[in-house]
Amino acid sequence: MEAAASYVKDTELRLGLPGTDAPEKPAAARGSKRALPEAGDDKSKSSEEDCGDRETPVAKAQVVGWPPVRSYRKNSFSLQARKGEAEGAGLYVKVSMDGAPYLRKIDLKVYKGYKELREALDWMFKCFSQGDVSKKEGGNNGSEYAMTYEDKDGDWMLVGDVPWDMFISSCKRLRIMKGSEARGLESRH
Amino acid sequence: MTYFPEEVVEHIFDFLGSHRDRNTVSTVCKAWYQVERLSRQNVFVGNCYAIRPERVMARFPRMKSLSVKGKPHFADFNLVPYDWGGYALPWIEAAARSCAGLEELRLKRMVVTDDGLELLARSFPNFKSLVLVSCDGFSTDGLAAIATYCRGLRELDLQENEVDDHGRQWLNCFPDSCTSLISLNFACLKGEVNTGSLERLVARSPNLRSLKLNRAISVESLNKILARAPHLVDLGTGSFTVDHRAEAYHRLMNSFPKCKSLRSLSGFWDASPRCLKALYPVCINLTVLNLSYAPAIPGDDLIKLICHCFKLQKLWVLDCIGDKGLAVVASTCKELQELRVFPSDIYGAGNTSVTEEGLVAVSSGCPKLNSVLYFCYQMTNSALIAVAKNCPHFIRFRLCILDPGKPDPLTNLPLDEGFGAIVRSCKNLRRLSLSGLLTDQVFLYIGMHAKCLEMLSIAFAGNSDKGMIYVLDGCKNLRKLEIRDCPFGDGALLKDVAKYETMRSLWMSSCEVTLGGCKALAAKMPRLNVEIINESDDFEESKENLVDVHKVEKIYVYRSVAGPRNDAPEFVWTL
Repeated sequence: MEAAASYVKDTELRLGLPGTDAPEKPAAARGSKRALPEAGDDKSKSSEEDCGDRETPVAKAQVVGWPPVRSYRKNSFSLQARKGEAEGAGLYVKVSMDGAPYLRKIDLKVYKGYKELREALDWMFKCFSQGDVSKKEGGNNGSEYAMTYEDKDGDWMLVGDVPWDMFISSCKRLRIMKGSEARGLESRH
Repeated sequence: MTYFPEEVVEHIFDFLGSHRDRNTVSTVCKAWYQVERLSRQNVFVGNCYAIRPERVMARFPRMKSLSVKGKPHFADFNLVPYDWGGYALPWIEAAARSCAGLEELRLKRMVVTDDGLELLARSFPNFKSLVLVSCDGFSTDGLAAIATYCRGLRELDLQENEVDDHGRQWLNCFPDSCTSLISLNFACLKGEVNTGSLERLVARSPNLRSLKLNRAISVESLNKILARAPHLVDLGTGSFTVDHRAEAYHRLMNSFPKCKSLRSLSGFWDASPRCLKALYPVCINLTVLNLSYAPAIPGDDLIKLICHCFKLQKLWVLDCIGDKGLAVVASTCKELQELRVFPSDIYGAGNTSVTEEGLVAVSSGCPKLNSVLYFCYQMTNSALIAVAKNCPHFIRFRLCILDPGKPDPLTNLPLDEGFGAIVRSCKNLRRLSLSGLLTDQVFLYIGMHAKCLEMLSIAFAGNSDKGMIYVLDGCKNLRKLEIRDCPFGDGALLKDVAKYETMRSLWMSSCEVTLGGCKALAAKMPRLNVEIINESDDFEESKENLVDVHKVEKIYVYRSVAGPRNDAPEFVWTL
């Protein structure tokens, strides 16, 4: 029963980050209880919560017309957010390499294509030039490492399959895999 | 007064500035009514459905300037369905038939069409000024008609409209003979314009004082335009970003010093911190600065700019200015009257940049502050009490705490006492927007103290009907009341039905009002239009099935002498 109850709670739509017990917020739905201060429960609940919790973007968007910002302004920002990513502002993504203690960050906008990216990462991590290699564009150099990236959907993909522009617009982070995992990927590439 | 000839009475009425005063004197006697109506030139209609256009034209045949408002305010936040109404065409047609001397038209939240704009352009030979605010339904074709046919046009001011882009030609339609422009604002247009045409238009408009460009205008073009119009007073930049190594950047740095008349700046889409440096030479004279469309400017760069703006009276910024930046505003901008702080991160990923501290700082440092719009993630009662004490002269106080129903984080109490302090202290408060956790108590305070209040916006607040009743009872000057997501029901709605005839309108959405309550209201008050807005697909069938106890999603109640409107869409039901 407990398991079922917790499952229901997990799937329940709430205004709160997943995994937190956000207090019941009055949503746009009518009829939900609004007597907040009277009910001692809500008050004590909210005092326990970390009031710094932020609602997820999805949850916030569920309340129609809130926050009261004109559509004109909202639209202007969403355009700018996209534009900023695609143009002037730079497109910084984290790069992790298996075995390396620190992550790096690179600006994908700076590179013109996969070859340059690979060269930059190679220089940064000194990974691809290990062993006997010939530097072919994005190809299998017989090294122990493979470039992978996490795309917008959260999937891990091998770098190099899609056109460069598509790659930079969907790449959220990079991971340089090593060892047997890498060899398996590279040989299929 | 009957001993005075009409010309004298008319001359006396000339001294009456406001519509309300003129409305009042026209009720004194028939003679005064006649004199007043024949001499009134500026006509203001706050609700386009309160009266038929023909009656307005008939009453004021010498009308020169007409201002009409359409949709309710909450339409700005997508709470009013797209084709609810608010059509401008009947007004333009009626004016075209009866008031050919019309010179100015100002429309807000209305649906304007290209046909309407063309009719407007062709019907009024002396037409001088068109101002459209938050309108939609038209395209650049309509603008082309205005440009083509309005000889002697002085002002074309498009503020935050949704305009369909049918190409860039419209600007070319201003004939070479058009040299009369004083104000041109096309900032809301999405498409490009022919920049050569724009430069030539600017060059042949010696009276041009206000120019607001759209985002498609690059810095390169801006430089050329500023070179041709150094006498501008009010400038809206286009896209204010350019690579600092480019020549255009260096030209930009030198463009502004020549603009000695510049007092007001806005635009700044995509603005980069480096480009903002171009403004340093003109900062000290600025009275109006709108940086609220520049999310890429971090607080420190805003501070570098604002610390020179000693004469600033009106400042619109994003919350990236931070409390630190607002402290700089407080210590620098001693002439500040209006402050608006907008959220830069609308979907709340948690960038808490301004808090109650920023607001308190500005209230403390800026003695002339009288109008505030403030978006933040938290507010405390003690902060509001301090603000109230510092600024007893508020006319407008609009606070939006982004988390609905959020209490004071220090005490976990509702914000009743804080807002109570505001209404107690600010005796001239005309407009108030509430947010945060609020009980009926805050409405008791508002009813008791907010005697000048004209517009009140409430969301996610209150416990019972008593809250709304306190407001309706106490706020004698209330004109507009808009409520969403509050537990107010029929008891509150029906407590004082006559009150609504003293107001322009009432909006209630996602409250506890039922169909039966609405029917009762409509039955008791024939001169109110009680509109029910129901967007569910099966509204037509459900109309019969709707029982009186069913709650209604949205109601819009307004006084009207025009009766139920004949242009209501299916989902609007006037009882």
